[in-house]
Amino acid sequence: MGVKSIIFKPKFLVYLGCFILLLFLPRVLPIYHLILFESGITFAIMALGFNLLLRYTGLLSFGHGALFAVGAYAVGMTGEYFPDLYRIEILIPIALLASLVVSTIFGFICVRHTRIFFSILALAVSMVIYALLIKLYHITGGSDGIHIELPIMFGKSFEGMKRFEFLSGAYYYLLICVFAASTIIMLAIVNSPFGKALQCIRDNEVRAEMIGIRVRRYRLYAFILSGLFTGLGGAMWSFVNGHVTPEIAEWMFSGEIVYMTLLGGFMVFEGPIIGAILFTYLRLYAVTMTQYWMFLIGATLIILVLLLPEGITGGFVKLVSKIRRTPSTGVA
Amino acid sequence: MEHWVIYILNGLYFASFLFLTSLGLSIILGVMGILNLAHGSLFAIGAFVAAWIVGAFGSNSPITLLFVGLLAALGVAGVVGLALETSLIRPMYKRALEYQLLITFGILLLIEDLIKMIWGGTAYYASKPFTVMGSLSIGDNQYPYYFLFAMLISMLAGLSIWMIMSKTRVGIMLRAISMDREMAQAMGIQVGRLNTLAFGMGAALAGLAGALIVPTTPALLGIGMDPLILAFIVVVLGGLGSLKGALVGSLIVGETRSLGIVFFPEIELPLLFLIAVIILVFKPEGLFGR
Repeated sequence: MGVKSIIFKPKFLVYLGCFILLLFLPRVLPIYHLILFESGITFAIMALGFNLLLRYTGLLSFGHGALFAVGAYAVGMTGEYFPDLYRIEILIPIALLASLVVSTIFGFICVRHTRIFFSILALAVSMVIYALLIKLYHITGGSDGIHIELPIMFGKSFEGMKRFEFLSGAYYYLLICVFAASTIIMLAIVNSPFGKALQCIRDNEVRAEMIGIRVRRYRLYAFILSGLFTGLGGAMWSFVNGHVTPEIAEWMFSGEIVYMTLLGGFMVFEGPIIGAILFTYLRLYAVTMTQYWMFLIGATLIILVLLLPEGITGGFVKLVSKIRRTPSTGVA
Repeated sequence: MEHWVIYILNGLYFASFLFLTSLGLSIILGVMGILNLAHGSLFAIGAFVAAWIVGAFGSNSPITLLFVGLLAALGVAGVVGLALETSLIRPMYKRALEYQLLITFGILLLIEDLIKMIWGGTAYYASKPFTVMGSLSIGDNQYPYYFLFAMLISMLAGLSIWMIMSKTRVGIMLRAISMDREMAQAMGIQVGRLNTLAFGMGAALAGLAGALIVPTTPALLGIGMDPLILAFIVVVLGGLGSLKGALVGSLIVGETRSLGIVFFPEIELPLLFLIAVIILVFKPEGLFGR
């Protein structure tokens, strides 16, 4: 299994269709919604990485916000201290490198545990990043955060351009391409022997060990890969948002990541993508509607857990299989 | 030299309410296997109830009011805990880990905004008992009696939990559940009812801890977030479901924080994590874990 076998599946045509539709989106969607959609897409890149751990490795991380922040701050701090390197083709590798380093360290610590202790540990170590971002304010800008300038993209400078022009123009297409590439790479990962080994570990750790899978090391690899996607999402998000603050490293944001993944439905590969985009809208509407938006989000979360645990895509899949099954059972 | 005594005593004070918080968290985690992310919010409820009572009712007898506040915080947080367990947490026992965590996360969001609805977004001050109690002089330094009082309360609470857990029938049943849930059920222990009790107990401890901190820090929105994270570290450090672990863990965290704030103010929290990581690398189940 590899990229090739994915491309020749009929599902790939659906993806291709979606991708082509996405290319025309800036012509249809008003600018405000487009920018919202873009931040949803960056969350989707992150959620893909998050779901590699949750769905395919069986590890629930409550600390992915910090890895997201690492990607975003890698961009911000490069701009602050090395303005010469402020080109998007350099910034993205820098962000990936930073998240590689941090997620290796975090992964090394966290994968010593599984299940609930993994979640606690991930949450706890992620708060180190948060504390550092706040405390080392002379380097990181503290709680004020760092402003993100428009980067130079493939030699083209956008100086003097308004951010929304940048976001609705060249950057949108770059983001969509990065997103498409991430989706395909993630599909390749989860269908590769490595991905199957992860699922084997998730289902039966002892058996996996018996057939020669190095369980802890594979979990570490999964954590690192997940961290890379999350960092990439963070870097792409920083340009959309234009400003990075330590809030994204706080564990509340990590909780929101879990929420969006579940909202979309984590048992379906595409679920987290849909969940991330939906959540962006949901959160914004809650915030603009009432000052008690946390109440609203919390209540929807509880309802979701109680009534629709498979998320939107899971519910949809169930519904479809029910409709398909009903006539045949009627005949039998 | 006297400075050192003060630093260490400060650490003990810090450890005392951390001990209460993490003990509650540890009981819930140990008995029910649920990580209660809303534990910090129960802490906040305790803080707001106590601060409101101490602040609202005159100024004649702040010490009595403090006791009333402590008891009320304990009671309110306990009742909220009981209500939460019976309504929302109970359907979660058989569900996967992610749902258990998410439901407590949802409860956390709910409670944070409920606090905002009930008490508004303003800070509540209840520093009267603190000033009335005065302070002890150690050399040239002053050490508030209130800190000693808080330690005493925390010790009493810890002691009574220990008594309940080791001597009474209920405590033995709770420990049986935390060791083997199914076997306990098979032996005729009413697991459901005891779960509710354990959750209420844990919640009450969190509320008490929140009430204890309020004479030194105003009750603000989000007051429970820091203690929650620190309680996580304590539980990871000390080991799951162990009273001794919670005690030693909170002492380590409390002292590290107190000394860290003095000597390395910038990396005090990362230092804490460094210690936690070192312990975990050598003893993954925590200091006193099973």
